[in-house]
Amino acid sequence: MSSKIAVQVDDLTVAYNYKPVLWDIDLEIPEGVLMAIVGPNGAGKSTLIKSILGILKPIAGSVSIYGKSYDKQRSLVAYVPQKGSVDWDFPTTALDVVMMGTYGSLGWIKRPGQKEKKAALEALEQVGMLPFKNRQISQLSGGQQQRIFLARALVQDASIYFMDEPFQGVDATTEIAIINILKALRKANKTVIVVHHDLQTVPEYFDWVTFLNVKKIATGPVKDIFNDDNLTKTYGINYKVSIQK
Amino acid sequence: MLGSFAVLRKQSLLGDAISHAALPGIAIAFLLTGAKESNTLLLGALVSGLIGTFWIRGIITKTHLKSDTALGLILSLFFGFGMLLLTFIQKQPNANQAGLDKYLFGQAATLVESDVWLMAIVTGLCLIVLLLFWKEFKILLFDKDYANTLGFNTKTIDILITSFIVLAIVLGLQTVGVVLMSAMLLAPAAAARQWTNSLSMMVFLAALFGAFSGVFGTAISAAQNNLSTGPVIVIVASVFVMFSFIFSPNRGLLFRQIRFIKNRRDLELHKTLSFMFNIAKTHENISHPHTIKILNNFQGYTKGTLKKLVDKNYVTLNGNMWSLTQEGFETVSNLYNQQLKKDE
Repeated sequence: MSSKIAVQVDDLTVAYNYKPVLWDIDLEIPEGVLMAIVGPNGAGKSTLIKSILGILKPIAGSVSIYGKSYDKQRSLVAYVPQKGSVDWDFPTTALDVVMMGTYGSLGWIKRPGQKEKKAALEALEQVGMLPFKNRQISQLSGGQQQRIFLARALVQDASIYFMDEPFQGVDATTEIAIINILKALRKANKTVIVVHHDLQTVPEYFDWVTFLNVKKIATGPVKDIFNDDNLTKTYGINYKVSIQK
Repeated sequence: MLGSFAVLRKQSLLGDAISHAALPGIAIAFLLTGAKESNTLLLGALVSGLIGTFWIRGIITKTHLKSDTALGLILSLFFGFGMLLLTFIQKQPNANQAGLDKYLFGQAATLVESDVWLMAIVTGLCLIVLLLFWKEFKILLFDKDYANTLGFNTKTIDILITSFIVLAIVLGLQTVGVVLMSAMLLAPAAAARQWTNSLSMMVFLAALFGAFSGVFGTAISAAQNNLSTGPVIVIVASVFVMFSFIFSPNRGLLFRQIRFIKNRRDLELHKTLSFMFNIAKTHENISHPHTIKILNNFQGYTKGTLKKLVDKNYVTLNGNMWSLTQEGFETVSNLYNQQLKKDE
C-alpha cells in the first residue's frame, strides 16, 4: 500500500432541513484500500458517499480526490448506487445498462460505438453475467441486478469505487463473486469504499474501516480499530461480535 | 413520442397538469391582444404551461409534498384561474370572444395551414433533439444520481425534456383541448410499453400509435356530423391501449392467462407422470402393468391427464391397467434435470 491519499474529506457537514445527518466529518482514505463504512441505520453512510460524489450538497466542508476537487477528477471515480434506487421495470437490457458506464467518458451527444460495446461485454464477463447480456433487466434476480450495477462501474475503469450496500439482498454465491471482484480491484491498487451492514464479515472482507454515526467515530486499519470499544461507541449499545484474528 | 418519457418517469399526471396550466395563458393572451390569432394564444399557453411546470418542480424539491399533491394543486389552481378568466372574457362586449372555449375540448376544424406547418416544424425539432440527446435522456430516466456522477448536468437534461413535453402539449391543445390532452400524451406510450422491452422501440411505437389515433380519429369525426375531433381521437387512442393491455404477447392479460393455464396443465401432467414413475421404478420391467385404481390416491390425476399421457405415448392402457412406456420413463428421468436447467 502506498501512502498516497486517494480521498480526503474536510469538515463535511450535511443536513436535511434542520437535522444534521453528518457532522464535521474529517476523513482520509489512503490509496489501494478496501474500506467498509459501518454504522447504524440513519448514521449517514449513504449520505457520506453521496456528498463526496456531489449528488447531495453539503452545508460546509470540502472533498478532494487525489488533491484536486471532485469536479476535475470525476473520471477517476465510479459509483454503484443502491439497487433499490432505480426502477428495474425500465425497458432496457443488461448490456444496455452496463453501457451506461461508458457515457461519462463519451460526454454529451456522442454515441457509444464498438469500442464501448466491447468494454461493456468484458465487464459483463468479469461479473459472470455474459449469458444474460440481452436479458430484460426486470427479469434478472436481485443478485444479478447487483452484478449488472457492478459491471457498469467496472466499465468506467476508475481508480476509486464507491459502492452503496452492494451486498444487500444478494445470495451467498453473488456475495462471494462480488467480494472477489473487489479484492481483485484492490490488488490492482484501486481504492474501494463500501457501505456495509454485516459486521461479522468486516474483518474477512476489508482491510480498512470507518465507523460512522453522524459523527466519525474512528477510521483506520481493521486489525487496529475493529474492536468492541469502537462498535459500542458507534452503535450505542454494548455491541459484541466475535472477531476472528 | 414524448409521452414515453412522462410515463417512464412515473409523472404521467404531469401532462394533465401542464395542459390545464396552459388555460390561463390562453385567456391572458386573449385579454392582452383582444384577437383570436392562434399563435399568440399558444404562446400564452406555452408561457403559463412552463410556469406551472416549474412551480410543480419547485414544490416537489422545496417542500415535503409528494409529486401527486404538487401536480393536483397546480392543476386545479391554474385551471380554476383559467376558467375565471374565461367567464370574465365571456361577459365582455367583444364579438371575438366566442370560440375561446374550443381550447377546453379542442376542435381540429379550426386548424389552418400555418398551424399544421408549425406542428410539423416542432415535431421535427423534437425528433432531432431526441436523437441527439437519446443517451442522456435514457440515463436520466433510468438512474439520475448515477448520471450526475458521470458528469452530466441532470438539471439541464431534465429541463430540456420537460420543456419539450410542455411544447408538445401546447401544440396539441388546439386539436384535443385542455381536458383531454394528457390522454393524447399518455395513451400511445402506455400502449407501446405493452409491446416492447426496448426504449427506442417504445418511443417509435408510441409515435406510430399517436399518429394513427390522430388520423383515424379525424377521419371518423369527419365522416360523421356533430362528432368533435378531440374526443374521437382520444377514444381511438384508448382503444389502442385496451387492445394492447389484452393482446400484447408478453405483458398482455390474455396471453398471460393462457400461459398460466398451460403451465398448470403441464405441471399436472408431469406430476402424474412422476407419480407413475415412482411406482414403476420399483419393478424390474418399467412397463410392468398396474391398475388405474392406485392412481386415485393421487390428487393431480384425472381421466383427462391419463388420456393426454396416452396421446403423448408416455403410457399405454390395457383395460384397467396402465403401464409406462420406455419413452415415458425417459421423459420423467429427464424432467428433474430440465427443471434444474430452467432455474439457472
